[in-house]
Amino acid sequence: MSPMARTAPVPAATDPAIIRNFCIIAHIDHGKSTLADRMLQFTGVVQARDMKAQYLDRMDIERERGITIKSQAVRMPWEVDNTAYALNMIDTPGHVDFTYEVSRSLAACEGAVLLVDAAQGIEAQTLANLYLAMENDLTIIPVLNKIDLPAAQPEKYAEELANLIGGDPDEVMRVSGKTGIGVESLLDRIVRDIPAPVGQADAPARAMIFDSVYDTYRGVVTYVRVVDGHLSPRERIQMMSTKASHELLEIGVSSPEPVPTKGLGVGEVGYLITGVKDVRQSKVGDTVTNQAKPASESLGGYQDPKPMVFSGLYPLDGTDYPNLREALDKLKLNDAALVYEPETSAALGFGFRVGFLGLLHLEIVRERLEREFNLDLISTAPNVVYEVTLEDKSVRTVTNPSEFPSGKINEVREPMVAATILAPNEFVGAIMELCQGRRGQMRGMDYLSEDRVEMRYWIPLAEIVFDFFDQLKSKTRGYASLDWKAEGEQVADLVKVDILLQGEQVDAFSAITHRDKAYAYGVMMTSKLRELIPRQQFEVPIQAAIGSRIIARENIRAIRKDVLAKCYGGDITRKRKLLEKQKEGKKRMKMVGRVEVPQEAFIAALTTDDSSKDKAKK
Amino acid sequence: MPSVLPIGAPAPLDGSLPVQVIEGATSRTFSLYVHIPFCAVRCGYCDFNTYTATELGGGASQDAYAATAVSEVEFAARAMDAAGLPSRTLSTVFFGGGTPTLLPAGDLARILAAAVEQWGIADGAEVTTEANPDSVTPESLQVLAEAGFTRVSFGMQSAVPHVLKVLDRTHTPSRVPLVVQWARDAGLSVSLDLIYGTPGESMDDWRRSLETALSYNPDHISAYALIVEEGTKLAAQIRRGEVPGIDDDDHAAKYELADELISAAGLTWYEVSNWSRTPEQACRHNLAYWQGGDWWGIGPGAHSHIGGVRWWNVKHPTAYASRLAAGHSPAAGRETLDAGTRAMERIMLEVRLGSGLDVDALDKVGRHAMAGLIAEGLVEPAAAFRGKLVLTLKGRLLADAVVRRVLPD
Ligand SMILES: Nc1nc2c(ncn2[C@@H]2O[C@H](COP(=O)(O)OP(=O)(O)OP(=O)(O)O)[C@@H](O)[C@H]2O)c(=O)[nH]1
Ligand SMILES: C[S@@+](CC[C@H](N)C(=O)[O-])C[C@H]1O[C@@H](n2cnc3c(N)ncnc32)[C@H](O)[C@@H]1O
Ligand code: SF4
Ligand SMILES: [Mg+2]
Repeated sequence: MSPMARTAPVPAATDPAIIRNFCIIAHIDHGKSTLADRMLQFTGVVQARDMKAQYLDRMDIERERGITIKSQAVRMPWEVDNTAYALNMIDTPGHVDFTYEVSRSLAACEGAVLLVDAAQGIEAQTLANLYLAMENDLTIIPVLNKIDLPAAQPEKYAEELANLIGGDPDEVMRVSGKTGIGVESLLDRIVRDIPAPVGQADAPARAMIFDSVYDTYRGVVTYVRVVDGHLSPRERIQMMSTKASHELLEIGVSSPEPVPTKGLGVGEVGYLITGVKDVRQSKVGDTVTNQAKPASESLGGYQDPKPMVFSGLYPLDGTDYPNLREALDKLKLNDAALVYEPETSAALGFGFRVGFLGLLHLEIVRERLEREFNLDLISTAPNVVYEVTLEDKSVRTVTNPSEFPSGKINEVREPMVAATILAPNEFVGAIMELCQGRRGQMRGMDYLSEDRVEMRYWIPLAEIVFDFFDQLKSKTRGYASLDWKAEGEQVADLVKVDILLQGEQVDAFSAITHRDKAYAYGVMMTSKLRELIPRQQFEVPIQAAIGSRIIARENIRAIRKDVLAKCYGGDITRKRKLLEKQKEGKKRMKMVGRVEVPQEAFIAALTTDDSSKDKAKK
Repeated sequence: MPSVLPIGAPAPLDGSLPVQVIEGATSRTFSLYVHIPFCAVRCGYCDFNTYTATELGGGASQDAYAATAVSEVEFAARAMDAAGLPSRTLSTVFFGGGTPTLLPAGDLARILAAAVEQWGIADGAEVTTEANPDSVTPESLQVLAEAGFTRVSFGMQSAVPHVLKVLDRTHTPSRVPLVVQWARDAGLSVSLDLIYGTPGESMDDWRRSLETALSYNPDHISAYALIVEEGTKLAAQIRRGEVPGIDDDDHAAKYELADELISAAGLTWYEVSNWSRTPEQACRHNLAYWQGGDWWGIGPGAHSHIGGVRWWNVKHPTAYASRLAAGHSPAAGRETLDAGTRAMERIMLEVRLGSGLDVDALDKVGRHAMAGLIAEGLVEPAAAFRGKLVLTLKGRLLADAVVRRVLPD
């Protein structure tokens, strides 16, 4: 077992041979961040007294939800056989929405620690992330975590893991991120097994941007992995895709606090600051080179993640629209997956149609906008993207249900996903039933072990993206895990359901659904709105319609009484305060034709009952 | 007076008033409200600032109450003098509660006499007391009349036993015609308070209450919709599902029936919840509240208004008494209204009156809204042409909505 390194290798002058770049990958909650904590502690980069659980989960939202959203890279020294090594460790998120974060991190590494909860075994994201790591030709170190748990079954799962990646169950390491047991041997093993980075030290500099973060004080902070050459402070660098050039104001490593250095050499991971204020000038996946001595070929970046789910985001207070734009621009700096364009809604005013990776991503973006930028927002019901072919063969991409063409439609195509579900075999029947109800087609089923099966489905994205996961969890008593990735599209019998208030269509409530489910949506929405919209001085019919055909109807009767007919004596102050409150309430009403709809009604009607908060926690 | 006090600025302990109260004082009437915070039992729906003997924990303060109230009368007179207010005789006095008649008639007479001694009383002044039907006798009413009371308002509420029971009222319906007759014999003008929309009250029940009340030929009727106030026993009963909840449509239909039957009996509405046989028999004290008059409110939790300054006393009788005993103002908080707030209050209050609101009191937004209100049948067109906003029957039922629409944005 190795002691803490006595001298840490100096950045910018580190021989690539003593560098090890690795990430920790796992299913959600299997303990990546906790293992990272122990590594920070044992390598001495974080003092015991400064330690707190999931040290690298720094955003409020990460700490509150106990999940990792953004990858974090940290440089740590570690000594093996009297040689001090520099380890660059990247802690990654486990939730399926953030798989793209994992793939970005993988591109900066030569190896991956594949962590599996010794009480849970292999789960869907274990497979997905392992697959990504193998695609990137990374060296995999299989590790069972949480062996301190009484429910841990290390023998069983070591066997399972060994079967999966090939090899001997004895090679599967056993650690506890909580107690720290086995973590030092794991660090040794990382040094031993993971290959050192290779690159040409004297070639023109090439560094891969794997993350780009906006920081209020420092502007854009760009995280890079140097492949060839060397980057030094004060030199002019160039972004290879845009040819934009900037002066390098600061260069350094995260340890885990930023530490400025004399530069970064081959194989090193660190950060750059150029004073740039716009993340788009420092795009994830781009290659950084030296302006005076540019490289001829870029490293070939990652593909920008494709948004899967769209929703309209509107400020409650219309005057906040410019602030929302600014806030989205800033978030975008840290979140390459976020796409948006302005749109207007008759009901909600000016806002943006925003694309997300999934519902958790949506929820997190929304929460960050509200919290970090002090905005009050309404988000419309999320939907997927449809390709609509009209009779004249022209094709339209629909990201907003209210833009669904009303004319003659030839066909509608919807996005499909390949879904993998892992569960104990006793739940096979229940899972099949669920997937069939969601228009899924079974593609195959395999036994991972005697009692665990992997089921594969081809299923419409629209069917799994909303409450599917909750259903799956409840039907399997929490034992199933799910992973999915986009795969193709299919023609389906899809229709747009409109909601009308007093004959006036409310664009924010339109939805595209399968014809068989249109009626259920119509009934759900009209009765929800009947509860939510206060009575007006006139009768308000609420209808759900497909085209001109009404499929559901409710009625809000006219209000007959709106007066306080009680003896108030001389307490006029109380009466006035009540009136002032009502007046304030009126200001928060949105007009749909003549109908006053409280903002709360929009919010409540647009809130899906499922909560992806729980989803984030397994 | 509802028992939750507003939140305002602190009030000075010496009771001093800002100079602004003097402006226009001679053209404003001056009234006195006297709060009597005692009841024999607490009705389940009531959130007024009132206490039963057990709630007070010892009956002593009830006996001492008249003396305490008189000390506030004297405090008031001194504070008004000190503020430089011109001396004005009392134009109306109103004893409310609680149950004023739970105190011996002599106590009420004594408080009234102290007030008259300080300010004098105008010819033809209106002096009212509220009373529960089971808290008066022919003798007590006689004493009150002789002391200068001119009017009594009985809490009849309903003529139907099962309704009275839900309301926790202790009197029997047959007592009401008796007390009305005794009051008449004493020379007092009579008003009856009714409540509609009590859980379990049918339309026929309500019709019976109205017809019964009208058969006693009252000079005045107040009909209030039952409001379920937070924190009351009734609210808890409804929440627990022990009694059915309140339905606004039922209230509306009952209000319409009230207006129909009361009008047919020859009374005219002069405020959303109030009808009088002749304009002179309208409650001038309440009109003073609604038309911006000056009044001093005596008693715990009582509200006062003088020249755009509103204040309210501490709630508990013990706290109230100890403040006065120390020579301090019993006020708990106050607010000084700016011009905009006064304009808003005026609209809020006068829209509810039969005499209506001067359209001139509205700003551009408000006047603009008038056409729509007339078209929707909420405002009387003929009155509007004369420059007054007067509510129609439908408008009275939607009075708060009308106010919101004519107020400045
Ligand atoms: N008993 C025990 N609990 C552990 C261990 N490691 C992690 N945990 C607990 O498991 C939960 C999840 O730990 P995290 O480190 O946040 O897991 P993660 O994989 O980083 O989660 P995501 O980033 O959201 O994917 C926490 O409640 C930890 O305290 C361990 O070795 N033993
Ligand atoms: C201040 S109370 C006191 C009068 C007297 N103690 C009595 O109850 O007859 C005056 C009137 O307010 C009305 N009232 C009290 N609480 C009410 C409520 N919650 N809803 C509607 N009216 C109410 C009753 O009609 C009552 O007669
Ligand atoms: S008697 Fe009057 S004041 Fe007393 S509790 Fe009943 S309603 Fe309220
Ligand atoms: Mg984590």
